[in-house]
Amino acid sequence: MLRPADNWIEKTANLFFWFVASLVLAIFILIIGDIVLQGYHGLSWEFLTSEPASSGREGGISSILASTVLILMICMAAAIPLGLGTAILLTEFTAKDGFFSKAIHYSLDVLTGVPSIIFGLFGNAFFCKTLGLGFSLLSGGLTLACMALPIIIRMTEIALRAVPDVHRFAGSALAISKTTLLWQLILPAARPGLVIGLVLGIGRAIAETAALIFTSGYVDRMPSSLMDSGRSLSVHIFDLSMNVPGGDQNAYRATFIMLILILLINALTSILTDFWLGKRLLQ
Amino acid sequence: MSLSKSDFILIWILRVLAVVAAAITALIIIFVVMESFPILKAIGPLPFFTGNSWHPKEGFFNLVPMLVASVLASLGAIFLAAPLGIFSGLFSRFYAPPLVALVYRRLFELLGGVPSVVYGFWGLTVLVPWIGEKFPPGSSLLAGIIILAIMVLPTMSLAADSTFASVPPQYISGAAALGFSRLRTIVSVILPCVRPSLYSALILQAGRAIGETMAILMVTGNIVQWPESIFSPVRTLTANMALEMAYASDNHRSALFVSGLILILMIIFFVTVAQKIETGRPRA
Repeated sequence: MLRPADNWIEKTANLFFWFVASLVLAIFILIIGDIVLQGYHGLSWEFLTSEPASSGREGGISSILASTVLILMICMAAAIPLGLGTAILLTEFTAKDGFFSKAIHYSLDVLTGVPSIIFGLFGNAFFCKTLGLGFSLLSGGLTLACMALPIIIRMTEIALRAVPDVHRFAGSALAISKTTLLWQLILPAARPGLVIGLVLGIGRAIAETAALIFTSGYVDRMPSSLMDSGRSLSVHIFDLSMNVPGGDQNAYRATFIMLILILLINALTSILTDFWLGKRLLQ
Repeated sequence: MSLSKSDFILIWILRVLAVVAAAITALIIIFVVMESFPILKAIGPLPFFTGNSWHPKEGFFNLVPMLVASVLASLGAIFLAAPLGIFSGLFSRFYAPPLVALVYRRLFELLGGVPSVVYGFWGLTVLVPWIGEKFPPGSSLLAGIIILAIMVLPTMSLAADSTFASVPPQYISGAAALGFSRLRTIVSVILPCVRPSLYSALILQAGRAIGETMAILMVTGNIVQWPESIFSPVRTLTANMALEMAYASDNHRSALFVSGLILILMIIFFVTVAQKIETGRPRA
């Protein structure tokens, strides 16, 4: 649409933008490349399947992965019903500009902006102390659920609002109950959006460190119950690099594993968005 | 439409769930205020700004050096990241061929999701020793600024890109009809049009940077002091909370919650200013 570069100013500008973009990319290639090269070095399956030894300098991350998965599962078990329920209420049963809807949206906006360390303080005061859960996987998972909630509600809401009203009118015309309508028509139609919301929520939760260091704690043993303290992968990276001299090599490996997990989650979101949501829901 | 019995039950279940979800925000604020209340009641807010030093065990609670470090680190990071982010947003929106732009954006979405602890780890093992060679000790305000800048850059660039995309297409067609070149269009049409949104995006990123904990904790050295230069080690408010929360008790613990409260107030201020700027934007 715009005129192509035909004088020296335009050509310089063109070069300049390509240069800046390459520079920015180069920074990230430098960082990711360093981690991939050093982390891949000497990586074996044993690293994933053995427990950490001598504060993580030796051994692997099996117990860390187990704790991470448990924390994520608790997070999702709490965040999914809350998020789904809230989103359904907002889209199907309340006026869009009503007081209730506005109040919930406002509180979600605040929640999105709150830094993770504040969630950590809150989790420590509320889940660990007031509810008496102590430093445990349960405290950590529930704290993360509070953090993942806004994104899950928002994506679910988008998905539900994208379901054409025709479905709802048809349901009403047939005089089926709202509950049946929801289970049989609306939720299945909104499923792709719901799944994307969940994957994004998991992505946000798995990246989290600050909210976990004083809710789920540092213990690197294999957890035997949800009331045990357990160390997530992100906390493991932090602890190995900051507090364990000689832990760098294993910290690199753990960081490499973390990057792979993030890449998988991201790829999953993209694929779901492009092929599923794009084609079936938004035609 | 009348409600069946199952609808009635469903609606009440949903209401309970939604109230719990909305209550979390209130709970967070209530708990942070409640936990900071004992010390505020005992000594009032003044000692946090005028005390001799930060020695919470001895009863000195001066937060100002850490507050200054937090503000300097996030301002510095925005100063670095803003031009790079805006230029790379312009690149992906106006200069890159469609396929390159798509890949570029996808990459930045991916990089935006990389945990802060990963950037912090790289900062600690590569950047800090590198700065330390010339300007010991290496762990410094500068390292914090650079790591924060790298962290906010992907989101900054995507935010800039999407504000440029919000420019009404007829403006661009108009510029093209007037025979404006690409650069001319950007400078005279696009940038003036999106300036408020860009400012608001910058402020939101500053809020994100000031709340960031792990990356900055790993690279700034964590010494409580007024920074003499950009190469001095500092400790930010967030790093202080992360370092001391695990073992703090009584007044000390309470003081950490006060610093959390200050952080929340700062973020609310940022978000409000950003919203004001954004809504003051002239619409097409």
